[in-house]
Amino acid sequence: MKNSENKGGNEEIASLPPSTDSAIELKNITKRFGHVVANSDVNLKVRTGTIHGIVGENGAGKSTLMNILFGLYKPDSGMIFLNGQAVDVNSPEKSIALGIGMVHQHFMLVPTFTVLENAMLGNEGSMLLRSGEEVVLDRLKGLSNNYGLDVDFEAIISDTPVGMQQRVEILKALNRGAKILILDEPTGVLTPQETIGLFDILRSLREQGVTIILITHKLKEIMSITDTVSVMRGGKVVANFSTEKTSPEELAENMVGRKVLLSIEKPTLKVGKPVLEVKNVSHESKDGVLVLKNISFDLKEGEILGIAGVAGNGQSELLDILSGIETLQIGQITVNDKTILPFQDWNSKKAREFGVAHVPEDRHKRGLVLPFYNYENSILGYHRNENYSSGFLMDKRKILNFVDDLVENFDVRPRSSSISSGKLSGGNQQKLVLAREIESNPNILLVGQPTRGVDIGAIERIYEDLMKLKSKGTAILLVSVELDEIMSLSDRIVVMNQGTIVGETNSSNATELDLGKMMSGLEQV
Amino acid sequence: MSDSNIIPKWLSVGVIPLMNLFLAFCVSGLFIFFIGENPFRAIFVMIKGAFYYPGAIGYTLYYTTNFIFTGLAVALAFHARLFNIGGEGQAYVGGLGVGLVCLIFDQHVVGFLVTILAILGSVIFGAIWGIIPGYLQAKRGSHIVITTIMFNFIAAALMVYLLVNVIIEPGQMSPETRDFASGVGLVQIHILAKYLGLEMAMSPLNLSFIVALTVSVGFWFLVWRTKFGYEVRSLGHSETAAIYAGIKVSSTIIIVMAISGGLAGLVAINELLGVHNKLLLGFTAGYGFTGIAVALMGRNHPVGIFLASLLFGALYQGGTELDFEFSSITREMVLLIQGLIILFSGALAYMLNPLVERIYIKYYGNYNNA
Repeated sequence: MKNSENKGGNEEIASLPPSTDSAIELKNITKRFGHVVANSDVNLKVRTGTIHGIVGENGAGKSTLMNILFGLYKPDSGMIFLNGQAVDVNSPEKSIALGIGMVHQHFMLVPTFTVLENAMLGNEGSMLLRSGEEVVLDRLKGLSNNYGLDVDFEAIISDTPVGMQQRVEILKALNRGAKILILDEPTGVLTPQETIGLFDILRSLREQGVTIILITHKLKEIMSITDTVSVMRGGKVVANFSTEKTSPEELAENMVGRKVLLSIEKPTLKVGKPVLEVKNVSHESKDGVLVLKNISFDLKEGEILGIAGVAGNGQSELLDILSGIETLQIGQITVNDKTILPFQDWNSKKAREFGVAHVPEDRHKRGLVLPFYNYENSILGYHRNENYSSGFLMDKRKILNFVDDLVENFDVRPRSSSISSGKLSGGNQQKLVLAREIESNPNILLVGQPTRGVDIGAIERIYEDLMKLKSKGTAILLVSVELDEIMSLSDRIVVMNQGTIVGETNSSNATELDLGKMMSGLEQV
Repeated sequence: MSDSNIIPKWLSVGVIPLMNLFLAFCVSGLFIFFIGENPFRAIFVMIKGAFYYPGAIGYTLYYTTNFIFTGLAVALAFHARLFNIGGEGQAYVGGLGVGLVCLIFDQHVVGFLVTILAILGSVIFGAIWGIIPGYLQAKRGSHIVITTIMFNFIAAALMVYLLVNVIIEPGQMSPETRDFASGVGLVQIHILAKYLGLEMAMSPLNLSFIVALTVSVGFWFLVWRTKFGYEVRSLGHSETAAIYAGIKVSSTIIIVMAISGGLAGLVAINELLGVHNKLLLGFTAGYGFTGIAVALMGRNHPVGIFLASLLFGALYQGGTELDFEFSSITREMVLLIQGLIILFSGALAYMLNPLVERIYIKYYGNYNNA
């Protein structure tokens, strides 16, 4: 271990004299929810005018800590110092008044308001809206020029791209006088180019003395933008690093508490015949928007085809149609030599009968019935199968036998058949869904966002399972917004933008930059 | 993490409902105190009225029977996340099924067979009254709460029309059909007991009670042991997950509403085949609505529903006694007590959870959850 790591990160900070150059100092923060300790004796110090990263797996306590700082939770014990002064942050209003701004992972904007109306929310300038608008607009234009926060003040939020919505959030915080900015997973919804733009903004904010806390699980981003970084695990700060003195491997190791392999062994395999052919599929959403335009591709045995793209560019709809959740409207799909035509009887039940398994993008809404026990969820979608039932009755003993093997073979923790799946961690929930779908022996597997909200340890395992399935000859369609994931798992990559396929490439000669350009619709290949 | 995960089951389904009940009685006691009566004596009278006097238990269980049927009806729909407010109407129309079968067949067919057919009639007619709102919800998106409420009114109007104009016994003023032929109907328990050589006080308790218990067991089996029950519960917890699992949402909704309506329709066998021996106006007397509270309080489980039904049965019966015993406590006062129980056990069912959780954590908080 490097000497920069220490037990709880306490001694290093505690040994330093209280200084006024730290914008934020948290001392011995502890927060419990019932018997769960979300934050245990956390110490954190962020110097004024720096970008400080906080990394950690899901449930490591990052969000709780930031919510304490933002006044949403009250710590059970511990102290908060701002610029060397002890403060009592007991509400978000107080926190805003103290100059703390927070940009949430899910934006808190009114979709029907204009950018200006949203940015001035909470600081309207004067009693009358009209005169307030002028005051605020002046101030916002100043801020926007200073920091390169390029926005269109007249635009309605719902018409603006996510990148701009995020800039509006930042403007909103600055307009309220934020000197400390907390960003929670800010890049999850951005293209690589937009991420670069965001980081430029953050750097110029830093230059002007704004202190930034960046919460993320992307180690690459930590490495590229932060000055210092804290690693949280199990509610504690387990290590503090100066960014230039650490490496992604070291951070990952601290996050998980053991060595992790960040690279994946891809089995080289000869691909077989095409098992899924998609021809000229278009789709109109319920509100009449054309979400898929003339999509065609095929998928072969033993192949992983990655679909890259920023969220909301038609990938979800494509998965829904292929898995039978949505009706096919235009085009043609051939699954294992069976052809599906528009408005034919095509549903999830049939898809499963045709050998298509589906790990849905949203395991909470789709993949699992959260209040159900594991044994009930282990057969969701396959409950009509004669392995688990006789006649109209369910065979509980057979199901229990099945699920016991399942949690054992796929390392679902805790290894219990009768715990509500809602109580499992995200990673274990995902392992359960993946296990169920793999156990159905599909020859086509549709996978959406396999590692969203999943901790690193589980990610490793999920990748392994996918690779094992691939080497058995199963064709895998992988939809993910994580470009790294697409690039490291897929054999072939297609990129989607605004409902069309804008490019296709072999993963061996794909670069992040090229893919990013395609994702933003700038370039066709 | 969700709050309900913190405290163990015996607290959340055992102690907390009892505390709710206790609170409801405390507040009721305050009201009784304010109108100048002794709340303790009132409770004593009520308990005696429900369980002590000869035949009291019979009456209590007779009411209980109705609440089991309507409670199960609401609970089944609730497992599919459907709020069936239409138990009242479904029970009423179920009565029409009983009435029609009896009036058409009782002169020609043996009583036993007519009774069986009449039971089927109550289920089928109740089911039809459930299927229509179910269909409208499933295929047309009309909200089931609105349609089932409306169907209560339609049922009431339909029955008034039929009983006043069509199936009324000719030559009489009250809106009732003629009596069903002797031999048709469900035997009352005290008569049955007499055949077996046991002496029991007279009460309207009849074989429907046995039917209700059997149906309760069947309900448990259906919901927790069959594929259909699995699909219903999946749908109830998460419609998106149900669609993902290939469950046909609309047909499941329609079938659930059919069974739910059929269960509510069974109230008619207790009332008409067991007691009145004819079809008459307004025999449902709000049992369908109380079924909502019963299901809420019984947490949609047959055991809970049985206990809640017993409580409401005792309240109905004991309440009558209260009305009888005290001049200042009227029928309305009894309704108020029932209302308070529904309020505390149903609407405010989770009010005490945070408090109990805090106390529980304080004393058992340091145990480790893996």
